[in-house]
Amino acid sequence: MKIINLIIILFLGWPSIGWPMTLNVGLQLEPPNLDPTSGAAAAIDDVVYGNIFEGLVRINEFGDIQPSLSLSWDLVNNGKSYIFYLANDVLFHNGDRFTAADVKFSFDRAKSNGSTNAKKYIFKPIVDINIIDPHTIMITLDQARPDFLFNIGLGDAVIVNEDSADRNSFNPVGTGPFKFVKWVRGDRVELVRYRKYWGPSVFLEGANFKFITDPLSAYTAMKAGDIDAFPNYPAPENLFLFKNDPDYEVVVGLTAGETILATNNRNPPFDNLLVRKAIAHAIDRSELIDGAMFGNAVPIGSHFAPNHPDYIDLTGLFPHNLDEAHKLLLLAGYPNGFNVSLKLPPPIYARRTGELIASQLGRVGIKVKIENMEWAQWIDQVLINKNYDLSIVSHVEPMDINIYANPNYYFGYDNDDFKKIIFDIESSTDAINSSQLYKLAQKKIADDAVNGYLYQLGKYGVWKAGLKGMWANYPIRSNDLRGVYFVGGEQ
Amino acid sequence: MKHFSISFIVGGGLTTLFIIAAILSFFWTPYDVELLNIKGKFATPGFEHLMGTDHFGRDILSMVMVGTRNAIAVSLIAVGIGAAIGVPLGLWAAATCMNGSRIIDELLMRGNDLIFAFPSLLLAIMITAVFGPSIINAIIAIGIFNIPVFARVSRGAALSIWPKEYISAARVAGKGSTRISYEHILPNILNLLIVQATIQFSIAIIAEASLSYVGLGSQPPDPSLGRMLNEAQTMIFFAPWLAYFPGGAIVALVLGFNLMGDGMRDILDPKLRQRSETGKASNDAS
Repeated sequence: MKIINLIIILFLGWPSIGWPMTLNVGLQLEPPNLDPTSGAAAAIDDVVYGNIFEGLVRINEFGDIQPSLSLSWDLVNNGKSYIFYLANDVLFHNGDRFTAADVKFSFDRAKSNGSTNAKKYIFKPIVDINIIDPHTIMITLDQARPDFLFNIGLGDAVIVNEDSADRNSFNPVGTGPFKFVKWVRGDRVELVRYRKYWGPSVFLEGANFKFITDPLSAYTAMKAGDIDAFPNYPAPENLFLFKNDPDYEVVVGLTAGETILATNNRNPPFDNLLVRKAIAHAIDRSELIDGAMFGNAVPIGSHFAPNHPDYIDLTGLFPHNLDEAHKLLLLAGYPNGFNVSLKLPPPIYARRTGELIASQLGRVGIKVKIENMEWAQWIDQVLINKNYDLSIVSHVEPMDINIYANPNYYFGYDNDDFKKIIFDIESSTDAINSSQLYKLAQKKIADDAVNGYLYQLGKYGVWKAGLKGMWANYPIRSNDLRGVYFVGGEQ
Repeated sequence: MKHFSISFIVGGGLTTLFIIAAILSFFWTPYDVELLNIKGKFATPGFEHLMGTDHFGRDILSMVMVGTRNAIAVSLIAVGIGAAIGVPLGLWAAATCMNGSRIIDELLMRGNDLIFAFPSLLLAIMITAVFGPSIINAIIAIGIFNIPVFARVSRGAALSIWPKEYISAARVAGKGSTRISYEHILPNILNLLIVQATIQFSIAIIAEASLSYVGLGSQPPDPSLGRMLNEAQTMIFFAPWLAYFPGGAIVALVLGFNLMGDGMRDILDPKLRQRSETGKASNDAS
């Protein structure tokens, strides 16, 4: 591996590459802890996924499933069982050897009653974990579940070491190419290259994840050179300043975040399909994207990521049409509109989109009262107690259309046809069939105008020109730095 | 005109200008402040929009006018609350002190110290965090931290009036403490209170802007100078006028009230004027 690195250096020229170097990565949110198996915060995966921790499989920047700790696998028993063939000579950062027992420990731990794993549902279908030999393990599910392989590629299913698992929240120990050094709270997490890494050697000597909440400071830190890369730059309005600067590269990609006008389907007037359709017609997506995201977002017509192969474009289903919206409100019995509240969480996209939505709905007589709130309040009032009319939020989980099958979710959408579609998807082993079903699911919730579907949240990558290998998209939340290196110019 | 100092004229002028703009905004603004026009966003200041437009295409001059109105209204009511509660408390404390019962005076004044010692903005953030962000809660929050200021000023001033002979005369005539405070003390300390109110007014303007800046003041789409500044923050590199005008309005408003307060003190407090004049004279002599 060293030789390959050397060849790369010689090929690209030693003085210009600036290797080995430590990359300074800017992140807006500091993670609450560093254990991806015990918290839902995307900020955890932003730092640790793929860098410190690895799973049996790995999701790459295109959302594809790649071999990781499991070099290959077989599907047996009509798709109900997976046999994973594990990598040899893998060492945890504490020196312990990785074996099949660690896989069993990790999954049993995530599945256990006391587990605080945010995605316990991934592990729920596991009925048996059988260690065939130290490097072969068979996992049997209750039924064939094609999404299981993707799910165990998520941060929630990374493999942890029994000796260190309890301390992962502040001293994470994994098998990844970078080893945890220290966490200066409120400032940064430092990682250093793990020299005994089992896979291809990485180019960076280390990485500092620095936490910069304020968008203005993010801008100055980038301009001052304190930060080499901001994988998800917090202020889309400033992107053009970097685009015009040859020292920086701007890569606008997509996240898995569907930004929606969340609608409480339980309560009047939103239990009326005509009202929801009227709102869909009143929404002007191009104005939202231009006004709130400064043009840097992709419109959506349903709850599905536009870069997914099964995506269908439903943005034309309810075109922006105020006459149509008025007509539907009249039919629904609200000729003069009505009053609603719009509860907005803190992110700037939500606040800006909220002001625009209030103005757009105002044009058809719906009087919107904006209520800005902190996340804790939002989670309590909107998500848990469902005490809201409208809200705006981005659903950043990948492939999460199945949330509409849960009648107790905060949308309050209870539809047996849709539940059937999701049930069929979860038990379908046929890729073509499941693709058809996903399209059907998108169409169904769009037809029912469950929520207002606004735009896919963009990923605004800004980094120094010459930095290569950063992820362009966020199919899952991760800033996997294994492929990152510098070419040309001074670093 | 020798009674009017430069600071009073400048301060009074600025204040009058803003008050006229604020009153005018009730009837007329160049554009509707709630009208979003994305196509016309970031228009530079010019004939069409004197102060340009913001990221939603709203006219900044209109927003500054309405924002000024909100700021003045909040400050006026908040200072009113502070004076309405603080002044009677201060007078009561002074009266009990003069009557020899120090306990109530001590209780009132130490309670005062408690509120006074607590950072005022923190107190305001706490109140709005508990009761939710709204313009009403911002008014209450700012009002509360005005109470001890007025209580302290009126107590101190009242204590200096109480030993006067005409007060003794009033007591001999059979007037109670409450009546004396109301009929004799209050008119004599009114000048001081007016000056203090002017100063507090400018502090309240800053407090309102600070609360709105952190999102705890008036809520969108109601314009507010503080929130305009907050929203302008990430755009100052390419649209600096988004920050210049609301920022400038806050500065001018605060400066105006401060200067006017200074000028009024010079006019209303003859003792102070004499002192400052003799001070000046002695300075000249040295």
